[in-house]
Amino acid sequence: MYPEELLYTKDHEWIRVDGTTGAIGITDHAQKELGDIVFVELPQIGAHLTVKESLGTVESVKAVADIYSPVTGEVTAINPKLQNSPELLNSDPHGEGWLIQVALRDRSETESLMSAEEYEAYLKKGSAH
Amino acid sequence: MKDRITEARPHITRNEGLIFERSSPGKTGAELPPLDVPEISPEEIFGGEYFRQDLEGFPEVSEFEVIQHYTRLSTWNYGIDTGLYPLGSCTMKYNPRVNEFVARLEGLATEHPYTPETLAQGCLRILAETARCLIAITGMDAVSLQPAAGAQGELTGLLMIRAYLNDHGGARKYILIPDSAHGTNPASVTIAGYEVRNLKSNSRGCIDLAALEEEMTPEVAGLMLTNPNTLGIFEEQIREISSLVHARGGLVYMDGANMNALIGVAKPADFGIDVMHLNLHKTFSTPHGGGGPGSGPVAVRKSLEPYLPLPTVEPLAAGGYRLNYDRPKSIGRVRAFFGNFGMAVRALAYILAYGAAGLRQVTEDAVLNANYVRQKLKEAYDLPYDAPAMHECVFSDRRQASHSVRTGDIAKRLIDYGFHPYTVSFPLIVAGAMMIEPTETASKAELDAFIEAMLAIAEEVRTDPEVVRTAPHTARLTRLDEATAARRPVLRWRPATPQLRTQL
Repeated sequence: MYPEELLYTKDHEWIRVDGTTGAIGITDHAQKELGDIVFVELPQIGAHLTVKESLGTVESVKAVADIYSPVTGEVTAINPKLQNSPELLNSDPHGEGWLIQVALRDRSETESLMSAEEYEAYLKKGSAH
Repeated sequence: MKDRITEARPHITRNEGLIFERSSPGKTGAELPPLDVPEISPEEIFGGEYFRQDLEGFPEVSEFEVIQHYTRLSTWNYGIDTGLYPLGSCTMKYNPRVNEFVARLEGLATEHPYTPETLAQGCLRILAETARCLIAITGMDAVSLQPAAGAQGELTGLLMIRAYLNDHGGARKYILIPDSAHGTNPASVTIAGYEVRNLKSNSRGCIDLAALEEEMTPEVAGLMLTNPNTLGIFEEQIREISSLVHARGGLVYMDGANMNALIGVAKPADFGIDVMHLNLHKTFSTPHGGGGPGSGPVAVRKSLEPYLPLPTVEPLAAGGYRLNYDRPKSIGRVRAFFGNFGMAVRALAYILAYGAAGLRQVTEDAVLNANYVRQKLKEAYDLPYDAPAMHECVFSDRRQASHSVRTGDIAKRLIDYGFHPYTVSFPLIVAGAMMIEPTETASKAELDAFIEAMLAIAEEVRTDPEVVRTAPHTARLTRLDEATAARRPVLRWRPATPQLRTQL
């Protein structure tokens, strides 16, 4: 279910690390909990992100939720399709629904993130949601 | 016969257009007499760049058409004056008509805020009397009626906490907020320049003393809580909680949104609250939302009085009142003039009409009604926290969720039974929350009808969940595609093309 090449946070974000850059998104569990996503607010290219701090928000018909950055770094790209098609977060949260790309400041920050297997166990254990 | 009726073109009451679509060129609502003074050109006076040649698409309609249009729209609404309103005082409780009568008295309705103090003594007395009553109700030492809403009251109170702590060793950095809090609390904290630290509730839905003990560091300015909390549960350890915060040099702020459970029974000052706001538009029955502005008076202890917003109303030794602007430690003005004066008038009318014993009865009836609903529905719906309810009770959709029916579906099905939905999905710490607050004015007959509807829906969820999942069926509009409406909204303020009209 959860792709093995991604790393996961307890707040239900994922990051796909490739060398010194990473793509960030929200997990399938997060999109299911939120329901139909209608709007995504993302930082601008060049913005500085701090680990565990909000990088933007997703708005669904049910709620507005913060997205917390899994890493510290600088935004190098944002997904241009989300402006007009926020539903990509529902239909393909681990692929087409990626949010932003970042240049990592410190790759060791990703060491504390969960693997797909650990994340699935974390969900089973019944997180806060 | 029935067939012939359905073939007929539906009357406009079933399909109201925009007022712009009623427009007919040249039609006016009022006929003015011929001008008997020299005509003045606004273009010359204001300058061409500020002068509009026309108002594009401005509706040209008769007075009668305007009246009909808005009267028809008003019949689409469901409010507290139509029937049981389970959103409760949190949204708006019944507005007794005596409030409106008093607020419309000529001397009050037409008084101008720039009237000299000597000629506005009656209005100043109303402000002073309202504050006096709120002091008696909360047990606090001083009140400001300035803030125009609950959230502004929160900000005002937090700015006073900051100013006080600044004078007593430093403003500190954090405010603790329980995870059951209203969403405005963290927003107000952030605007006041503090950072929010989240406090997890315990298994009983209350503040966890051990967690507070750990979080209440010297960097924490205070605790912001709601009591009873948003689960409708009274914080039984509130004295221990406030003692702990005080012992660490912090202050305790109480969000007074749920005061409908306390008035005449418990005073927040008695359980250690330092600053709080009240919502006149919730607890004290003044109109809310589209019906009128809010009012969020702030009540404080003596030690915080010097920081109250400007101006304060003060009695004169020789009798009468004056406005005091000379208060050097004040956090300043938070609102033009004296706050929303009309709301103070209505709240005072409400308080005096009931009197002390009547207000206690209000609280008791509100709590009784909530517990009646809780008791009658607890076999059918899951109670996430098994503590006695105060003025509201919170269920979860856990049992119905196994039939793929969620709180929002049940709420929409309630519309078919003729009731306004309850509060959906709040508080956030309950998954699939269903919050019901009947308030004191619901009669037993009305409560029983609501309970019957809720029990019938629970039965439908077991036998025919699809009818609930696709509700409402009898409303003017059936279930909306909320996702598409939000993703691709069709917004218009001009007459629709005939083609679009037929689609709507």
